[in-house]
Amino acid sequence: MKRFGTFSSVVAGLTTLGLSSAAFAAGAIDGAVQKQATNWTAIVMFVAFVLATLGITYWAASKTKSAKDFYAAGGGITGFQNGLAIAGDYMSAASFLGIAGLVFTAGFDGLIYSIGFLVGWPVILFLVAERLRNLGKYTFADVASYRLQQGPIRSLAASGTLVVVLLYLIAQMVGAGKLIQLLFGLDYGIAVGLVGVLMVGYVMFGGMLATTWVQIIKAVLLLSGATFMALMVMTHYGFSMEAMFKHATEVHSKGIKLMQPGGLVSDPVDAISLGLALMFGTAGLPHILMRFFTVSDAKEARKSVFYATGFIGYFYILTFIIGFGAIVLVLNHPEFMAADGKGIMGGSNMAAIHLAKAVGGDLFLGFISAVAFATILAVVSGLTLSGASAVSHDLYASVWRKGRASDADEIRVSKITTMVLGVLAIILGIAFEKQNIAFMVGLAFSIAASANFPVLFMSMFWKGLTTKGAFYGGFAGLISASVLVILGPTIWKDVMGHADALFPYKNPAIFSMTIAFAITYIVSKIDGSQTARDEMEAFEAQYIRSQTGLGAEGASDH
Amino acid sequence: MTNQIHERIKANPKFQELCAKRSSFAWTLSAVMLIAYYAFVAVIAFFPASLGTPVSEGAITSVGIYVGLALIILSFVLTGIYVQKANGEFDALNKEILDEVK
Repeated sequence: MKRFGTFSSVVAGLTTLGLSSAAFAAGAIDGAVQKQATNWTAIVMFVAFVLATLGITYWAASKTKSAKDFYAAGGGITGFQNGLAIAGDYMSAASFLGIAGLVFTAGFDGLIYSIGFLVGWPVILFLVAERLRNLGKYTFADVASYRLQQGPIRSLAASGTLVVVLLYLIAQMVGAGKLIQLLFGLDYGIAVGLVGVLMVGYVMFGGMLATTWVQIIKAVLLLSGATFMALMVMTHYGFSMEAMFKHATEVHSKGIKLMQPGGLVSDPVDAISLGLALMFGTAGLPHILMRFFTVSDAKEARKSVFYATGFIGYFYILTFIIGFGAIVLVLNHPEFMAADGKGIMGGSNMAAIHLAKAVGGDLFLGFISAVAFATILAVVSGLTLSGASAVSHDLYASVWRKGRASDADEIRVSKITTMVLGVLAIILGIAFEKQNIAFMVGLAFSIAASANFPVLFMSMFWKGLTTKGAFYGGFAGLISASVLVILGPTIWKDVMGHADALFPYKNPAIFSMTIAFAITYIVSKIDGSQTARDEMEAFEAQYIRSQTGLGAEGASDH
Repeated sequence: MTNQIHERIKANPKFQELCAKRSSFAWTLSAVMLIAYYAFVAVIAFFPASLGTPVSEGAITSVGIYVGLALIILSFVLTGIYVQKANGEFDALNKEILDEVK
């Protein structure tokens, strides 16, 4: 029998994987996770996954020749494939284990979070997707700087990208290390190193094509595994939700309160601010935006959001059922309870893992553990590619070489950056092992919503936007989001140990987004320079291209 | 050359029609999604009890479960409606505009 670590340490691992800090900020984090007995079934299945994905990387490497192949898989991914890959980018291990765990402890509140993560997608489709596809080439900075000055705007976009990518990467690496320790019984350092080496391998050799297929395979595995678990739970109750809820409320200490909104989102300002960060942060995540350049045209870009929304929505319904399934099939079953009698082994975020064993035995437990590891790998690969593109395409090729870099040079810089990011991710992953990093993903979403999104949105929709406006507004959003998170309860109080936070809210988006938009608007308005007039003048050509796709990047021939 | 094409596209009433139709359609659907979601957030923040009431006398399942599921389904359906119209009607119109300047 495997033994899992303490509740808080698992919370520490999982909070960092991809959920907003507010979701699990309540859990104290001590960072110490005990190494577990080696889980061979899981390791064999994971090795099978790694071999398959390395095979794909080998194949992708032979097809990846130009910069367009490297950054955008040659533009040849279909809408359906891209929809799966986007869903894969979004369904992190935290969405699976974290939300299932949240439903397991709080019932309905888990659903509130899922919905917040989902509702950004339709808005991305209606307002962003096709313009992004028509105007951009490899990164969202292509779009933001389309008619503005390349230097300042790409520097801003690259800063926004790198900050978001690094925060996300650290969170994923630390979470990965802890989760892998628990599931596979590997050393933390080995786990982090393994993730770093594999992600560099996928990205460096296989570029976007390999990254996309790793993402697709993982999405299919995760969706199949979750579907199986949900079906097994529902067959217990003759597919009656009412019967399942009835049983769950009888055995759970919260009783009927499982069916009601709890204390998770009690403060209205924080609730709305979190909603804004989730919704518009999604539309500012660089690794997600980059996916829109892998399809051939706006038509396929739209389809990919449609499929992605379907898969993500379906996945959240499954996690909801899985959470309730764990209440009835895991909770109060002696083999899953912690030795001290307080809750289940490993804490609430292990609910889905225990349920895997309860419905499918050791073999299925190994499968789900391997899928959780695969999920982390796929997400960090997408992040790394996005960070590497910001450095090679935006900073090196456009800002430094002023667009005169050859394809080969650009790819070379991209590969070097990938290596550097890999090494950095491993070092930071190890350095942050015992740090409280629960705030990082929440901060990443807030920065994406406050720096990347306003600049991208205004550049596409507002003729009056100027370089100065975008530059100052974007940095104002980046800085205000960071400062407000530092002064807020998650860092000032929980991490630094001060008695009271200087800023009362956990989620700064409502303020930092307002600051970003206001400064962008005001600075653009008072910018009376000739450049500013030229930039407004150039809006028309951009508008025509964004609407019709005339002159947009097509798919490459092969 | 490009400028000439741009001028011709801009002067084409079909282009005006495309932009006006697509943008009002996109904003309408966005408004539906935003209102539905923020109404949900507002109810959670200000009237949480209302979501906790059972769907019928003696039932366990609460209204909130159905509202939540409805929001997930709404997101998916709205994207479907948009893609259907944008990839059909709007793209056909777009193709006409581009064919005319070729």
